[in-house]
Amino acid sequence: MTAALAASSMTVRVGAKTLLDQVTLVIAPGETIALVGPNGAGKSTLLRVLAGEIAPQAGTVALRGRPLKSYSARTLALHRAMLSQHTTVAFPFTVADVVRMGAGDRGGTDALVASALAEVDLTAFGERIITTLSGGEQQRAHFARVLVQLACGEAIHGPGLLMLDEPTASLDLRHQLDLLEATRRRRARGVTIVAVLHDLNLAALFGDRIVVLDRGRIVADGAPADIITDAMLEQVFGVTGAIGRVPSPGLPFVLPHAMARMKQHLQVAAPMSPRP
Amino acid sequence: MTTADTPAGKLHAGGWAKARRSPVIVIGVLLAILAIIAVAAATIGAAGIPFHRLMAAVGLGVGDPDLIARDRLVLWSIRLPRIVLASMVGALLAAAGAIMQGLFRNPLADPALVGVSSGGALAATSTIVIGDRLGWPLPFELLPIAAFVGALSATSALYSIATRESRTSAAIFLLGGLAIAALANAGIGLLVFVADDRQLRDITFWMLGSLGGATWPKTLAIAPFAAALIVAVPLIARGLDLLVLGEAEAFHMGVEVERLKRYAILLVSAITGAAVAVAGVIGFVGIVVPHLLRLMIGPGHRLLLPASVVLGAILMVGADTGARMLAAPAEVPIGILTAAIGAPFFLAILLRQRSVANL
Repeated sequence: MTAALAASSMTVRVGAKTLLDQVTLVIAPGETIALVGPNGAGKSTLLRVLAGEIAPQAGTVALRGRPLKSYSARTLALHRAMLSQHTTVAFPFTVADVVRMGAGDRGGTDALVASALAEVDLTAFGERIITTLSGGEQQRAHFARVLVQLACGEAIHGPGLLMLDEPTASLDLRHQLDLLEATRRRRARGVTIVAVLHDLNLAALFGDRIVVLDRGRIVADGAPADIITDAMLEQVFGVTGAIGRVPSPGLPFVLPHAMARMKQHLQVAAPMSPRP
Repeated sequence: MTTADTPAGKLHAGGWAKARRSPVIVIGVLLAILAIIAVAAATIGAAGIPFHRLMAAVGLGVGDPDLIARDRLVLWSIRLPRIVLASMVGALLAAAGAIMQGLFRNPLADPALVGVSSGGALAATSTIVIGDRLGWPLPFELLPIAAFVGALSATSALYSIATRESRTSAAIFLLGGLAIAALANAGIGLLVFVADDRQLRDITFWMLGSLGGATWPKTLAIAPFAAALIVAVPLIARGLDLLVLGEAEAFHMGVEVERLKRYAILLVSAITGAAVAVAGVIGFVGIVVPHLLRLMIGPGHRLLLPASVVLGAILMVGADTGARMLAAPAEVPIGILTAAIGAPFFLAILLRQRSVANL
């Protein structure tokens, strides 16, 4: 079976800095992958390379068996949709206008736009100017735009690839779960999903597979239960924590309580105590 | 369910809301206004042609044959070329502003403000002065090309200054534009210093902006640029809409961003250069027109760009007629008039922006 995405020995450098170092990653169609790792590990860079936005200096990326470079931007947009971390809208477009942009110049997308708005709980906000919304609401609107793009591509090429860069960063608890549900519905239809996530607990709930990046390299790759371990937390994040199990699905969860490498330093710096 | 079914949608989905998004209605209304303004402009001037005589002169009425012959002469050789030239210059400048604002994702972009027009004017004046100095005065047809090259250099420089890692900073953009304008104006100053009296008059014309020298050959010289603009608008409008979300997002949604940027820069430079070549530096049209239109018809480029073309023509014909009337029989340079109206407008947008975005 052709991989949805296959990256082999990919290296990305900016100036003297190596952002990605010989990364090899094969993603099967329909898989859901969470990319985790500390700040600056190269997660967003990896996602941008996989989306075709950045070309690696070495190595190759293939989408559905064809080199990513051989796709035009227009065709690529029908195979994968990506939600960036922050998107700013320069002019006073309405929320519905922005969501409709996901459909490109296809007409007759009113129903699609309305259902995407409903899915992100913004139905009543369609005619509002997007810049007047809160950060989390704007992020949900952009998620709806990405869902519209994904649906348009799906109609032509079948279930595509959904890429999300910290999609839940500015969302409240309820809308985080909404987003999770929306991705699960896509997954049930066969959509392949790659998401950069910061919250390890969310990553455990989200992915079939967790890929851990550290300083530009993949240091762990596997099922959540195998990846979220004391050793990984200490080695990659420099944190010690209690790892428990969610009773019913048996997934791991993390309750961090101290920084492994800095423990001594923290003790010297005196723990915070309430003022008398 | 469509958005119009929701309570919030219903409030806005009245006749007016629909009409102002309909290309046929918006462009139709604007073209009708342009026609009225053009007829009014044709009747006004040092040799006034009242409306009934105007009708007679174009063969739609009767009158004194001598008077008709005189009116026809005035109309054909003075009034009409000027109205047509004003329309084209206004259309080019307003569209250049709208495209530049989309490209730089900044509603304060104006070719005159950020040195693009000055770059064009510098190249054009250099052509005049240096050509004269070398003893081979250059043909007029070369001026739009020189102005295009100057405008292209300025736009490209501005783009590389303001854009870093595919993000364009508003502050760097405006300050960089200021520096480019200052540099170009220093060059023009130098030319003023070495120019003789006749050249000096020409240079002043470039710097203040005027449609006074309108002739049919000039009108024809910039007509290809206007045609290129009209052909290009539908090709770049969708890309500019998606570019509103940033270059990376536009790429994710299927826009060949580098190609779009290249075309947009070439187009802005060409049409600004053409307008500067025949009318000098006329500022603020490119800011005022798209801004008014965004308030009226929304920010979508598929309607904004063609509407800017027509409203730009309307404003320029109106402003030029004003420039001819204000101190008749003398003429106020139109660049002064547009700056006097446009600068407070610019400040108003700036203050509004300050409260919305952290500029």
